[in-house]
Amino acid sequence: MSNTAESSSSATPQTPQATKWYSDTWTIPALVKRSVRSWSLSFIGIVTFALLWQGTANNIDTSLGQFPGPIQVLEQAKNLYSEYGREQQRRVDFFARQDVRNAALLEADPNADVRIRPYTGRPTFIDQIQTSLVTVSFGFFIAMLVAIPLGAVCGLSESTYNAINPIIQLFKPVSPLAWLPLVTMLVSALYVSDNPWFEKSFVTSAITVALCCLWPTVINTTVGVSSVDKDLINVSRVIQLPTHTHILKIVLPSALPLIFTGMRLSLATGWMVLIAAEMLAQNPGLGKFIWDEFQNGSSDSLSRIMVAVLVIGFIGLILDKLMLALQRYISWDKQTVLR
Amino acid sequence: MSITIRTPRQFAPQSLAKKARTLCVIVTSLLSTYALAEVGPAEKDELTFGFIKLTDMAPFAIAYEKGYFEDEGLYVTLEAQANWKVLLDGVIDGQLDAAHMLAGQPIAATIGYGTQAHIVTPLSLDLNGNGITVSNEVWEQMRQHIEMEDGKPVHPISASALKPVVEEYAARGEAFNMGMVFPVSTHNYEIRYWLAAGGIHPGFYMPERGDNSGMAQAQVQLSVTPPPQMPATLEAGTILGYSVGEPWNQQAIFKGIGVPVITDYEIWKNNPEKVLGMTKEFTTLYPNTTIRIVKALLRAGQWLDANDNGNREEAARILSRGEYVGADYEVIANSMTGTFEYERGDTRSVPDFNVFFRHFATYPYYSDAIWYLTQMRRWGQIAETKSDDWYIEQAKSIYQPSIYQAAAQALIDEGSMTATDFPAFATETGFRPATDEFLDAVLYDGQQPNAYLQALEIGLK
Repeated sequence: MSNTAESSSSATPQTPQATKWYSDTWTIPALVKRSVRSWSLSFIGIVTFALLWQGTANNIDTSLGQFPGPIQVLEQAKNLYSEYGREQQRRVDFFARQDVRNAALLEADPNADVRIRPYTGRPTFIDQIQTSLVTVSFGFFIAMLVAIPLGAVCGLSESTYNAINPIIQLFKPVSPLAWLPLVTMLVSALYVSDNPWFEKSFVTSAITVALCCLWPTVINTTVGVSSVDKDLINVSRVIQLPTHTHILKIVLPSALPLIFTGMRLSLATGWMVLIAAEMLAQNPGLGKFIWDEFQNGSSDSLSRIMVAVLVIGFIGLILDKLMLALQRYISWDKQTVLR
Repeated sequence: MSITIRTPRQFAPQSLAKKARTLCVIVTSLLSTYALAEVGPAEKDELTFGFIKLTDMAPFAIAYEKGYFEDEGLYVTLEAQANWKVLLDGVIDGQLDAAHMLAGQPIAATIGYGTQAHIVTPLSLDLNGNGITVSNEVWEQMRQHIEMEDGKPVHPISASALKPVVEEYAARGEAFNMGMVFPVSTHNYEIRYWLAAGGIHPGFYMPERGDNSGMAQAQVQLSVTPPPQMPATLEAGTILGYSVGEPWNQQAIFKGIGVPVITDYEIWKNNPEKVLGMTKEFTTLYPNTTIRIVKALLRAGQWLDANDNGNREEAARILSRGEYVGADYEVIANSMTGTFEYERGDTRSVPDFNVFFRHFATYPYYSDAIWYLTQMRRWGQIAETKSDDWYIEQAKSIYQPSIYQAAAQALIDEGSMTATDFPAFATETGFRPATDEFLDAVLYDGQQPNAYLQALEIGLK
């Protein structure tokens, strides 16, 4: 973070020296120098953190043994990965055994009702990551379907905004854990079908995520839409653009940076909420993985939880970078500094 | 099948007449075998079973890992549950087809204490396997009142050693809190039995007054904590001791946060513990599936007890995996391999600490159900006095030895087990002989529940 701040401030052409430096900025040696500098600083930061972590961890004794340092965590990460490999093998064996059994059944009775049953083994760490990712995407998608139009309406019409604002302000600070029991009961009561597309637990988690990540996007879209440059609006009036063209060509493009800011905040919130929801509701995913490990109380549990913590952080980072890339791609104003 | 293999050996030394007679016997037994062994294919073959992270869920893990479920054509998913309440609700609303249950759960559900639902038990899973642990601080104070031999406490330790400690707390006006896992759990009745036998009142339930805390007149206040959270709750100081299944007593020793004082084997020798619980509806809708589930679990139980606990090490390895119990191998192995560590370093041999098959451990005896019913009455969960007939009638609607017998017979006919592995079904009444192998040596006869209640000093009659 600090190095980006530094480079952008020195990039401001205010003094003669700065101007000179600015002109040098794009030469090859300067670029190499800068990236080496920034990478080495990041590297030093990470190494210092790891050393501090290992040092402190070695001095903390819990009833589940020593607090895990980076070395133990790395080891458990490898273990989790090899467990995934083993489980894949078990899955293959399971289907092989099933084929043999089914063949025997068919031989005994050619009309036997033979089906391939899904694998009955447990979800591995990798499976849990996938479940969490799918759940958060689904919840985020639902939230955006509601939030962007709602925000746009609020931004365009002052009276709608005044009507809806108190509700937004009331629900915005509510923790996911408060919603969860209500959502669980509602889903069990209303989501009844003989052949459901999704598991109930999946729907519960996704809706909880949606409820919590709605608000940043609603608010940012409202602000973005209501603060469109007056000149642009006047131009639109003068050339008498029809309403939908006005919204599509003037309002939305101007509001886009703020809408994306809102979406990025929403996705980050959603990811945090999801882990908490999975933990509490025992719905499949990374949150459940953490809770299960805590319950197991084995000497590896803390290291495994730490692996999950790092993975959660890393995925959060990637999700944010993805949104940023998307924003860069869509936004018309390529000059804006995005970070 | 096995008969054709044995035949040549049997024929060799015999005279012709004998041969003919043996042949007749074999043919008739083959015919009857065929008639009896015919358990049709499972009506429902994709099943989900719930369990709680305790070593006595082992029969489920073994039946899965050793392929016994698949041998029966069952595709089973095992799901760990957060607590006993969630597990029971899962079975009642059908998310779980069957579960590893506390013996008291089907009984309480059927008589309508807590949740009302007709849950039945075709199979007991194990005997013993629980213990009572107190915090280090309480242990230090208790230790002064315990008889010693060679510097080691003499077991079994009576709760009378705890009494002065409890009185001290009472004098200071502090509550003495202990944890157990569920209001109708074995652990609740065991810790109550232990406390009451040592002269400490564990408190009454008063459902008729809407008081289900179980703390009326209590000297020690018992509250519910899920098994895997026991050590953490003890460490946090919320409770001063607990009654729970393994590995959570041994975990206290390993973590250095508490000391196990007594096992349930010493409270009641070979007491019935967990059961297989399923709804009555399931057993009537899917009779073959039910029998096949029982068959697979019986084989698992037999494997667990085979070769004088010779397979226990492997079992402990399997259970230590994250998807089953997940505690460290050493912790699980401590009790699973026939030993029990009381104070740190004071490891004693308790070969029958976990029994999964021998002593007819799996047979669903009516008398076991009745003992739980007497304890429910003793502590007020059953609000009024009931007749002996009522107890027996309830037991017969919950425990289902007929399913068990069908499964056992199928296994005998297949040749994987012998008739001596099971009680003699023709003469079995469903009542174990009267026993006084309790900590306080009170005689229990399942045929006379009311007489038993009269004999117990503390408690409702």
